[in-house]
Amino acid sequence: MSNRLINILVPVVSIIVGLLVGAVVMLVSGYDPILGYTALWNGIFGDSYSIGNTIRQITPYILAGLAVAFAFRTGLFNIGVEGQLLMGWLAAAWVGYAVELPRIIHLPLAIIAAAVAGGLWAFLVGFLKARLNVHEVISSIMLNYTALYITNAIIKSLSDGGFKTETVLASATLRAQWLRDLTDNSSLHLGIIIALLMVIVMWFLLEKTTRGYELKAVGFNQNAAEYAGMSVKKNIILAMTISGMFAGLAGAMEALGTFQNASIKAGFTGVGFDGIAVALLGANTPLGVVFGATLFGSLKYGALNMPNAAGIPEEMVSIIIALIIFFVACGYVIRLALSKFGSKKEGK
Amino acid sequence: MSALEILYFIIPSAILYATPLIFTAIGGVFSERAGVVNIGLEGIMVVGAFTGIYVNLEYGPSMGASVIWLAILAALVAGAVFSILLAVAAVSFRADQTVTGVALNMLGGAVTIFLVKLIYQKGQTDIISNPIRRFSMDGIEIWGINWFPLANIPFFGPLLFQNVYSTSILAFAVAIGAWLIIYKTPFGLRLRAVGEHPMAADTMGVNVAKMRYIAVLISGALGGIGGAVYAQTITLDFSASTIAGQGFMAIAALIFGKWNPLGALGAALFFGVAQTLSIAGNQIPVIQDIPAVYLQILPYVLTILALAGFIGKATAPKASGVPYIKGKR
Repeated sequence: MSNRLINILVPVVSIIVGLLVGAVVMLVSGYDPILGYTALWNGIFGDSYSIGNTIRQITPYILAGLAVAFAFRTGLFNIGVEGQLLMGWLAAAWVGYAVELPRIIHLPLAIIAAAVAGGLWAFLVGFLKARLNVHEVISSIMLNYTALYITNAIIKSLSDGGFKTETVLASATLRAQWLRDLTDNSSLHLGIIIALLMVIVMWFLLEKTTRGYELKAVGFNQNAAEYAGMSVKKNIILAMTISGMFAGLAGAMEALGTFQNASIKAGFTGVGFDGIAVALLGANTPLGVVFGATLFGSLKYGALNMPNAAGIPEEMVSIIIALIIFFVACGYVIRLALSKFGSKKEGK
Repeated sequence: MSALEILYFIIPSAILYATPLIFTAIGGVFSERAGVVNIGLEGIMVVGAFTGIYVNLEYGPSMGASVIWLAILAALVAGAVFSILLAVAAVSFRADQTVTGVALNMLGGAVTIFLVKLIYQKGQTDIISNPIRRFSMDGIEIWGINWFPLANIPFFGPLLFQNVYSTSILAFAVAIGAWLIIYKTPFGLRLRAVGEHPMAADTMGVNVAKMRYIAVLISGALGGIGGAVYAQTITLDFSASTIAGQGFMAIAALIFGKWNPLGALGAALFFGVAQTLSIAGNQIPVIQDIPAVYLQILPYVLTILALAGFIGKATAPKASGVPYIKGKR
């Protein structure tokens, strides 16, 4: 079996095994797995309203996945997407309601503000790693909580003790009436176009530019990159910042599209951690991220239909997602099994 | 409030908040010292908290106050069993440890809420009627003499021994025990060797995989205890928001404590003070002028500063996070 085929088979096997184990869990808990998966399917594709909301759910997943995938490609693990997303969310919401500008300037400005906020938050992680040798996983976990508490405190003071900011102005919203009409009043918004645009941006940046080549080179082998005259430190900081900008944009989707404000949160949105799953499933390629985000976004949204239609708690789907990540992480064993299976067949 | 009253208020409360962190952080010390990064401590604590509350609700009516120990024991087992997933993935399957840890966190949160809904048909459990209670160490009377009347010691009595939880005493004992095991026993030496230079340890006949399995299981067991203690002293029920970052704060404590059990103990106590002040600071003069957000982010910021070398250099065990593959140089 070729390497390429195995690379595609590992996630596919993981998804299938994840769904199978999910079915077993449902059976053991006394639920009907067929009823459960039918409810899940209908929750995703049942009608135009569901499809609209599913696409809306996929949007931040694409951007969070890009953030993690971009970092992975440059040899970094960005587990801090949660914090960068919250920063971007707040920045976009604030620019969205506090400034009055014509739509053609206002909307891009709010989106850029989110990217800058997310980028700056990730810049800290890159700087700490490049200059002070602090491992990015630990510093970004710590900065996740720091971001959670800081954004909550800022939202509280912006809203005079309330729990959410004002609604973003019509000139900064990502919502579009024609999209809502098309999908039976779902909360689908224009963000999906930005997300897909960013998929192309990441592909172009990594595959077609000198800077992208340098970033990847540093990720592959720091010493070789250094020897070839590239600045490892500069590239680490840049890679982390770009990754954080994708994460910030994911926050903008929530602020300007789905929620139209920023609100105080008791915990993380989960989008950032799911972004790790999306990137892994998509083998850290831009196109793969679209597939991973489509799968996990659909599952997450479709799950909401499971309690009503089948009486199964929606956490069932989170269990399945966690299992899929677990299996993808254990790819070494799946690879081993697949290659043994493949060589046996060839032998015959 | 006078300065003394403030101290009598802050210190017992800080120990209360620090106790679950101490257990979990020391669990983390074991696994990281053996070379396995355990990002999954949060998920393990969630599993421990759920198990503790479930056992307490189930057997509390028949067992009374002593049910807390059964609950903690059950959480210990549940945490260890749950951590087998990490051990198998990280040690045997050479999986990325951070990714596996993230999966463990997701799985722990999802499975427990799934079970709560399955068992109780609602999103959270009832409040337990047998929480872990405070007691005063008034001493034991043997032969007509009162031995160890620690609560009567001036100043330190009210500060440390009048409002004490048995689990806090256990946490201190575990910290000291862990220090003795890691630094003073052959087992501890092997554990550290496996985390610093697994190939050298392997050459000397230490079974790297076995050591790492044991270390991860210990971290799971202690993380489970941490979760059960937190749920039975602070939240008293179980819901999706019961464990909200305590596992990650325990990771912060073990790093701030420089991968040393006693350091982790000190860091956890310090974070306990910060948590107390951020929750109850509005009752204390001076502190009430500081916005709570500064106290909330303090543990995390300090950890970054410690790693950056501003507060003494914290260096991780060398082979931490790297799967060991025999014969690979």
